[in-house]
Amino acid sequence: MLRLDGLRITLGDFSLAADMEIPHPGITAIIGPSGGGKSTLLAAIGGFLTPDTGHVFWNGSNITTLPPGDRPMTTLFQDNNLFPHLTIAQNVGLGISPALRLSVTDRDLIASVIDRVGLTGLADRKPAQLSGGQQSRVALARALARNKPVVLLDEPFSALGPGLRNEMLDLVAETLGGTVLMVTHDPADALRIAQNAVLISGGTARPPTDTKTLISDPPPELRDYLGKTP
Amino acid sequence: MAERARPLGPAVPLGWAAAGFVASLTLGTLLAVIWRAEVPARLAPADWAAIRFTVLQASLSAVISVALAIPVARALARRRFPGRGALITLLGAPFLLPVIVAILGLLAVFGRAGILNTALTALNLPPISIYGLHGVVLAHVFFNLPLAVRLILQGWLAIPAERFRLAASLNMGPAEIRRFLETPMLRATLPGALMVIFLICLTSFAIALTLGGGPRATTIELAIYQAFSFEFDLGRAALLAGIQFTLTGIAALVAFRIARPSDFGTGMDRVMDRWDAKTPVTRAIDTIWIALAALFLLVPLIMIAANGIAGLTILPSAVGWAALRSILVALTSVTVTLALALPLAMAVTSLRPRGSSRLLEGCGYLSIAASPLVLGTGLFVLLFPIANPATLALPVTACVNALMTLPFAIRILVPAVAEVEDRHGRLADSLGMSGTARLRWLLWPRLRRPIGFAAGLSAALSMGDLGVIALFADADQATLPLQVFRLMSAYRMEEAAGAALLLLILSLALFWAFDRGGRANAAA
Repeated sequence: MLRLDGLRITLGDFSLAADMEIPHPGITAIIGPSGGGKSTLLAAIGGFLTPDTGHVFWNGSNITTLPPGDRPMTTLFQDNNLFPHLTIAQNVGLGISPALRLSVTDRDLIASVIDRVGLTGLADRKPAQLSGGQQSRVALARALARNKPVVLLDEPFSALGPGLRNEMLDLVAETLGGTVLMVTHDPADALRIAQNAVLISGGTARPPTDTKTLISDPPPELRDYLGKTP
Repeated sequence: MAERARPLGPAVPLGWAAAGFVASLTLGTLLAVIWRAEVPARLAPADWAAIRFTVLQASLSAVISVALAIPVARALARRRFPGRGALITLLGAPFLLPVIVAILGLLAVFGRAGILNTALTALNLPPISIYGLHGVVLAHVFFNLPLAVRLILQGWLAIPAERFRLAASLNMGPAEIRRFLETPMLRATLPGALMVIFLICLTSFAIALTLGGGPRATTIELAIYQAFSFEFDLGRAALLAGIQFTLTGIAALVAFRIARPSDFGTGMDRVMDRWDAKTPVTRAIDTIWIALAALFLLVPLIMIAANGIAGLTILPSAVGWAALRSILVALTSVTVTLALALPLAMAVTSLRPRGSSRLLEGCGYLSIAASPLVLGTGLFVLLFPIANPATLALPVTACVNALMTLPFAIRILVPAVAEVEDRHGRLADSLGMSGTARLRWLLWPRLRRPIGFAAGLSAALSMGDLGVIALFADADQATLPLQVFRLMSAYRMEEAAGAALLLLILSLALFWAFDRGGRANAAA
């Protein structure tokens, strides 16, 4: 289980505090107004930002200072999820070995995750030859191949149209086990696949609560964001 | 404040090692020369004359290059004509042109039996001499006018087109446009261009060696050469080198502070719409400036080709061996340059805090201020006890050439690495790609083009260099530029012209091969 203990991140005059446990397994959404610190929280958990104070624990061990690649987690970024000069199979393979030293079993695994995200036969293409939706699938395939207990989604599907986005969200819910932490600015995304949701506003991340309850009976700061009148 | 955490990998220690290597070579060789100098050195009056001459010729070269470049750049910025792109490409060529080749071209035009003097004699006018201060300045302007034009042209094209549209809608004439748009741009651009050219001309050696010389036209670098080769006065050479290091170091610091980085790339194919410059008079003025600049640059180059073709067939076999040695030196130099520049660039982009990153980058630029001759001699002094000096001439030359081209390689690679890290670094971090895995699967494929370009520049510069080798090579160790110089000094001009053309072809071919290699199959 992922635990954030007295975490505080300062970036210039922006600051964010978080203290919570993330349910495992399960999908947890991070929602809140833009600029509120959703991606910042995810970056701190993923190891791309060092918090000023506080710790990140995974199953009781302190991972606060571990480099991103050594953490029990994998991140799907908003963009630049694929290396444009490598093939789909190589991009997925980097999730298994960062030096691309792959065994026969590894190659079978790569082929099977590419099949699972519905890209059979495209393994030797370069990212530029794929559509935006297909590129998202490659990133997801790599997350599957990495097989880490925690997956961090930093709005990787935000550039897709609503239909494709829902398709990808369903694929995430269907294929990823373990803990999934998903940043989204659209409450519909959270309602669609996330059991729990973390609300970030006013520099604080609140502990996760049931998504449906949170959105149907929003606290005042979420009400402003959702634009609903009480 | 939260800093971005980053797994540094071996790039940083390797980068520091490279920086330490450069620093100990540039500064250590100077110390080695001082240490070997037995008598405490004193500056002779001739040395003071050399210092004065160096500053004078560099100032004149900078001012004249920039003054001539302003109207040429303005004309290029606002005129569209066939061959404009080719002319702008040609403006990049002098950078790759071996100095000794250019000098032969200039001699063919301005020399004793050159086109100009032949014409003057035919008109019963007294001939002019290319030797001395004006010859040195002429050659420097030939090399640096194109650079100045490119720098200023960048400034002109950086003025947003909307401004000129606004000016036209306000019915501004040429005088108002000059006052409100062009003068502010020039005020921002010219100091940098002046400083960069001043800096380049400060350490001039080959031009002063061939066109200068004598008590009244000796640069510091040439005085160092003479102290070494005629008097073997290591103390004076070291003292002069120290003075040159200080002078160039100060100029370099000022230049870095005020100069905008010159784009090696393209992006100058845009032409401004200028509603104020459509009169026949402005058109005629622009045409004349472009024609003059093109003539000044092209005629010497054409003369090299024209004179060289005949000479190519009568080249002595020594020239062939010299060419082979030069290619080997250039390839070694490229290897050393990249082996230093890549870890340096990787370390500079990943190192925090900024201060140490700057220090690291600064080490890579140290050789700008160093004297190649002192570098070479220092290496000799240090290696003398453990190696046979006769075998050292070529390795020492390759090493010095590598250090001298390192600043260019760093200028190209640091921003390129930074861009790759900016776009893909986070993903590579998240996948745990560090060290060789990162180099092989991320940096190398993404950096092939800039690496090829840097390698090409480094190869061409090393191929054409006439510096350290002039001190140490005996008869059967000459590189091709030195061979050209020796043929020239022996007045075997036809063979010299042939060898010069061969040198030019080989330099351009090496540049092309590396640059091309970087582009071929370069990932999209």
